[in-house]
Amino acid sequence: MTATETEERIIRYNNAFNETLRELLLDDPDIFIAGEDVGRYGGVFQSFAGLNEEFGDERVVDTPIAEQAIIGLGIGAAAVGLRPIVDLMFMDFVMVAMDQIANQAAKMKYMYGGKATLPLTITTTGGAGLGAAAQHSQSLEAWLIHVPGLKVVYPSNPYDVKGLLVSCVRDDNPTIFTLHKKMLGSKGHVPEGLYEIPLGEANIVREGTDATVVAIGMMVGEAQKAAEILAEEGISIEIIDPRTLLPFDTDTVVQSAKKTNRIVIVHEAVRNGGIGAEIAAQIQEEAFDYLDAPIARVAAPFSPVPFSPALENFYVPNAESIAEGVRGVLYRNA
Amino acid sequence: MATKQQSKISKAVLLDLHRRMVRIRLLEESAGRLASEAKIPGFIHLYVGEEAVAVGGCVALNKDDQITSTHRGHGHLVAKGGQFKPMMAEFMGRATGYCKGKGGSMHISDLDLGMLGANGIVGAGVPHAVGAAFANKYRKNNLVTMAFFGDGSTNIGAFHEAANMACALHLPVIFMCENNEYAEYTARDRVMAITDVADRAVAYGMPGVIVDGMDVVAVYEAAKAAVERARNGDGPSMIECKTYRFYNHAGVSAFGTPYRTDEEVREWMERDPIKLFEAQLELAKVLSAEEAQAVHDEIQAEVDEAIEYAEASPMPDPATDMLTDVYTEVS
Repeated sequence: MTATETEERIIRYNNAFNETLRELLLDDPDIFIAGEDVGRYGGVFQSFAGLNEEFGDERVVDTPIAEQAIIGLGIGAAAVGLRPIVDLMFMDFVMVAMDQIANQAAKMKYMYGGKATLPLTITTTGGAGLGAAAQHSQSLEAWLIHVPGLKVVYPSNPYDVKGLLVSCVRDDNPTIFTLHKKMLGSKGHVPEGLYEIPLGEANIVREGTDATVVAIGMMVGEAQKAAEILAEEGISIEIIDPRTLLPFDTDTVVQSAKKTNRIVIVHEAVRNGGIGAEIAAQIQEEAFDYLDAPIARVAAPFSPVPFSPALENFYVPNAESIAEGVRGVLYRNA
Repeated sequence: MATKQQSKISKAVLLDLHRRMVRIRLLEESAGRLASEAKIPGFIHLYVGEEAVAVGGCVALNKDDQITSTHRGHGHLVAKGGQFKPMMAEFMGRATGYCKGKGGSMHISDLDLGMLGANGIVGAGVPHAVGAAFANKYRKNNLVTMAFFGDGSTNIGAFHEAANMACALHLPVIFMCENNEYAEYTARDRVMAITDVADRAVAYGMPGVIVDGMDVVAVYEAAKAAVERARNGDGPSMIECKTYRFYNHAGVSAFGTPYRTDEEVREWMERDPIKLFEAQLELAKVLSAEEAQAVHDEIQAEVDEAIEYAEASPMPDPATDMLTDVYTEVS
């Protein structure tokens, strides 16, 4: 850790991202950024604001709307030794670029007998809650964790934005870093200077005894709110934020399962085939005899993300639905 | 091939062009035989007939320049300096292969030679060439990148995206089209409304030229000009090489298929790029028929040695090799 400040320094999630990019560009001349609107305009969410002005068109590159070529640009540049950060404006566009991500970036090292090294970071924004409807709101982490060769992270707070982004960019593998759109304005402590949060290490956000909630991205904050609701009912929950979804920190989750014996997994993606299914499978493989209730999943219904706030607010899990999930594994009523 | 063109090219380069084409041809003819004997597993996509394109293109490059390839990549790797032993071992799935037996014929490459992959997805390697070219410009290292692709690739989105991006960013990349008139088993005129792929170049804002892809000197000359243009910072170019795949898309048959006539195949075989070039070299007194035969014999001996090497090589071990090379380990 090179962080120097000890006092609380409160900045926004989006600003943590921007500051980290700036510090990384200053730190390593092999790093460049490319993507749609990231240059002159500063990104559709202003996540890249000021970087093109400071570092120029060579290092902060506006690209065509061409997701395959954007990822391909990163692959080719990484294969010959640069450390590209390429941006897919919305996580939904992962599908547009999936061949380059899953068939190309993820497999090159293996297919070419270990000779390809791809220090490539793909940044994007996921999640619902902004009325962005079915093609600009998805959480597609389950699509990505199915691919050997990738690393996938999803920060739940500004501190983790910086630490995980630094680790992704410095990692010699293709990594996918997702900001949650609805959290861009959320605030938290972020030290100045670069520091790393190791990939593959979960964070125990809150210790508890009655049940474990494994929550991802924005759901971590909702789980913390749920913990307060449940505390008033005399229920103590442990909250684990995996932070990295691939590789997944199975050990930390399993240890918690052995302690609390009850598990609720929360994610914003649809339930079917979601990452919750994988986490549940891993827990039961390692800790089946410790479980006192079936593992529960709190997730989105099996529909595209709806537009109307009346529907969308119901679609995304929240503190109350998480609390209800916890009561379920404890066989209690509110 | 015009003799005045030939006169501009040194004897050493002419012999290099010849030798590299023969290297591709003899390696592939043996590989095809081994595939038909089931000694090489999986799909095999032979380059025979198209040698002048890979060789004309790669001889125009410097050693450190990069290329990207296709599913039909043997020729590109040989032209870029690939060695027979690790190639043959890779074809046979051996641990001593270029890709440790994890890639096979379709993914055969050696990044150390500047070959950034042979690709099973049509058109998917082209954006990688753009990325490598971006890195070259970024580092001001004066290197260029050449993307090899077929006529079929120019119908896929990744190609279009890459060509547009390369021109928009003014990158040192050469788009080298092997127009062999067939996208797998479908004739070009059934799936494209234009005859010449090079017509597409203008839409991206780069020059596009058409050359006889069976004439290695014509390909070399065109490639030289495009490489020079890229190295001078004048941006991308496209070269369309009119060529022909003697064998089917996959496998070792040439005749008796419903998608092209035997007569057509025979006509193209009459224009075999190696035979054409050898006749010209003999006429120009650069290489006699006897000397050409000696080159063939020498290379065939090297191929045979590579086969022995590959057959004697160990297979990869599932216990130790399955999970390595998935990730670059943290140092």
